Amino acid sequence: MSDIKEVKEPSIYDFRDEERDEDFYKVDAGLTEDIIREISKEKHDPEWMLEFRLNALKVYKEMEIPDWGPPIDGLDLNNIVTYVKPKTKMVGSWDEVPADIKNAFEKLGIPQAEREALAGVGAQYDSEIVYHNVKKEVEDQGVVYTDMESAITGKYEQMVKDHFMKLVPVNDHKFAALHGAVWSGGSFVYAPPGAKVEIPLQSYFRLNAPGAGQFEHTLIIVDEGADVHFIEGCSAPKYNIANLHAGCVELFVGKNAHLRYSTIENWSKNMYNLNTKRAICEEGGTIEWISGSFGSHVSYLYPTSILKGDHSHSEFTGVTFAGATQNLDTGAKVIHIGKHTSSFIDTKSITKGGGINTYRSSVEIRPTALYSKASVNCGSLMIDSESRSDTVPAMDIRTDTADVGHEAKIGRISDDAVFYMMSRGMSEAAAKAMIVSGFASPVSKELPLEYAAEMNNLIKLEMETG
Amino acid sequence: MSEYILDIKDLHAGIEGEEILKGVDLRIAAGETHVLMGPNGAGKSTLGNVIMGNPVYKVNSGSMIFDGKDLTEMSVDERAKAGLFMSFQNPLEVPGLTMDNFIRSALRERTGKAIKIFQFKKKLEETCSLLDMDEAYVQRDLNVGFSGGEKKKAEIFQLLMLEPKFAILDETDSGLDVDAVRIVSKGVDIFRKNGGTLLIITHSTRILEGLNVDATHVIVDGKVVKEGGAELVETINAGGFEGLKNE
Ligand SMILES: Nc1ncnc2c1ncn2[C@@H]1O[C@H](COP(=O)(O)OP(=O)(O)O)[C@@H](O)[C@H]1O
Ligand SMILES: [Mg+2]
Repeated sequence: MSDIKEVKEPSIYDFRDEERDEDFYKVDAGLTEDIIREISKEKHDPEWMLEFRLNALKVYKEMEIPDWGPPIDGLDLNNIVTYVKPKTKMVGSWDEVPADIKNAFEKLGIPQAEREALAGVGAQYDSEIVYHNVKKEVEDQGVVYTDMESAITGKYEQMVKDHFMKLVPVNDHKFAALHGAVWSGGSFVYAPPGAKVEIPLQSYFRLNAPGAGQFEHTLIIVDEGADVHFIEGCSAPKYNIANLHAGCVELFVGKNAHLRYSTIENWSKNMYNLNTKRAICEEGGTIEWISGSFGSHVSYLYPTSILKGDHSHSEFTGVTFAGATQNLDTGAKVIHIGKHTSSFIDTKSITKGGGINTYRSSVEIRPTALYSKASVNCGSLMIDSESRSDTVPAMDIRTDTADVGHEAKIGRISDDAVFYMMSRGMSEAAAKAMIVSGFASPVSKELPLEYAAEMNNLIKLEMETG
Repeated sequence: MSEYILDIKDLHAGIEGEEILKGVDLRIAAGETHVLMGPNGAGKSTLGNVIMGNPVYKVNSGSMIFDGKDLTEMSVDERAKAGLFMSFQNPLEVPGLTMDNFIRSALRERTGKAIKIFQFKKKLEETCSLLDMDEAYVQRDLNVGFSGGEKKKAEIFQLLMLEPKFAILDETDSGLDVDAVRIVSKGVDIFRKNGGTLLIITHSTRILEGLNVDATHVIVDGKVVKEGGAELVETINAGGFEGLKNE
């Protein structure tokens, strides 16, 4: 299932702008072998994982910082060690948590105990029982659902080894390499052939494992004919004094298997979110991405689907919200390799208060992908005239049997619609929030009810602030 | 307090650089049904919008008192909460927001209280059957893909759900087939029988059949040029607006 060599080059993450190559700069990241060994030891890595990390470190040091997206010079890469040192305490006390985060907890109605855990200052939210109940139900199906640390030291070690960073190789980009060297936390799922998991697997309850929410690794393997829904995230802003998030998600969808991967992310507004998510589908396999991206100072996020097998299919439905001080560069990528493959991208971006949203997508239909179909649909809604919204869709079609469609719409919130809604008794803020929630509804409609409600609360909150 | 629920005196209003309403006087007592007529472009919709508080229009002078409150000092939602309602000539579409969700949110904002789901559902069902509407309708996105007639029916649906004190109906009957007009009239009649006050902007008598019209106002070029009883509607239908301008 991990035979993906043919798709590795050219790099499928990089949107690098060839003309600006001379602008690359290098940093001497003070990350040493000793630090990596220390991390590895604390995590009780098997020997091969230590080797893996050390190799990733080498690659990290050799690679350049991507220069084609929003600036990330606010990251102190000369001092990268402060982001990854295992003993760096995340936040000292509740008092040090910024006011806007506390405020958001308040408005979203998160219980105090949970608030402290989410801010990384309290004892871990006691949710083991809930977690174990879920675990029991899926175990009856033979499904493995555990944290990465347990997976790698337990009986699935070989399976992890066969898949870990095979889809996102460490030399994919500099932050993938960094991830490979210092990753910590995350989830592992294996669904055996034919397993059908009715309930969504939720990783909400493990967000606060040490290092999670920063360099976590998610590895999901759905074997032939199996069906899984994995859902990750919560509306509470994840605060971390170390403001770099370089997670990695690798999804392996087997023959005729189906995986739905849903995420609602809300990063604190100081966060650099440089995340890599990728899926590969075998023959007849389907990957569905549902994605709501909120918060962060800068985001680079382009979940990628590799449609390797014939008749494989991908759907991406996403919404991004950029407010004041935010520069979000998000989108989706699809690589069609197999025959009769099909992909569908539907994204919505909302921009407000001088925020910047760039929708970036790429659809590649390789010569082998005969009779494939791709459809890209992106819409932007601007709340005010200070905000900026750009669309950078790319299509690279190498066969004349392909059927591709593309539609982009940029619009402003309609004053007439706001007046109409206010004439029924809604405040201006409520009317605007409802228009925006409606605009984002392709995503909320696909989420379980409680997540959809959370997302709408989050939109309301974002509309009220700044 | 005035004996009128709506008392407008010498209202001058318009858009930047252009006066559209040039001294309108209009008085309506609570529980009455008034008709507002006038040729295209006379300022009927503008008057409705100015009463409702559309920020596109600026009030230059004059007064508007609703239920003892000075409307010119109130935001649109405050006016709605005070009991004003307007059925729009061109209702707006809101993709992704279902009609029932919209109405429930509006009720919540108007009452400041959580809405009891069971009662709300029951009322939705009753109102649907009253207006001969398929219940699936209220699950659809607000006005999105509705035909002209469906949009107008949806306005009356909102009127009956929100139960305001005063409703302005801006050409709610235009572009409807005979059956649809009958249904709309039925809805309007229920509103009226429950004590609602009405200002009906219309070009035809069809919507007025079976309604007891208390007064008719004719507006031409931003001014009320003639007032009368129910019979004025007939006169205008027979003779048009010509000749009224110079009275
Ligand atoms: N928002 C607006 N911008 C420009 N002109 C307007 C606007 N609203 C109304 N008008 C003008 O004011 C006049 C009255 O319009 P309206 O109130 O819609 O008339 P009626 O509803 O009686 O047909 C028309 O000449 C119309 O073009
Ligand atoms: Mg009009």
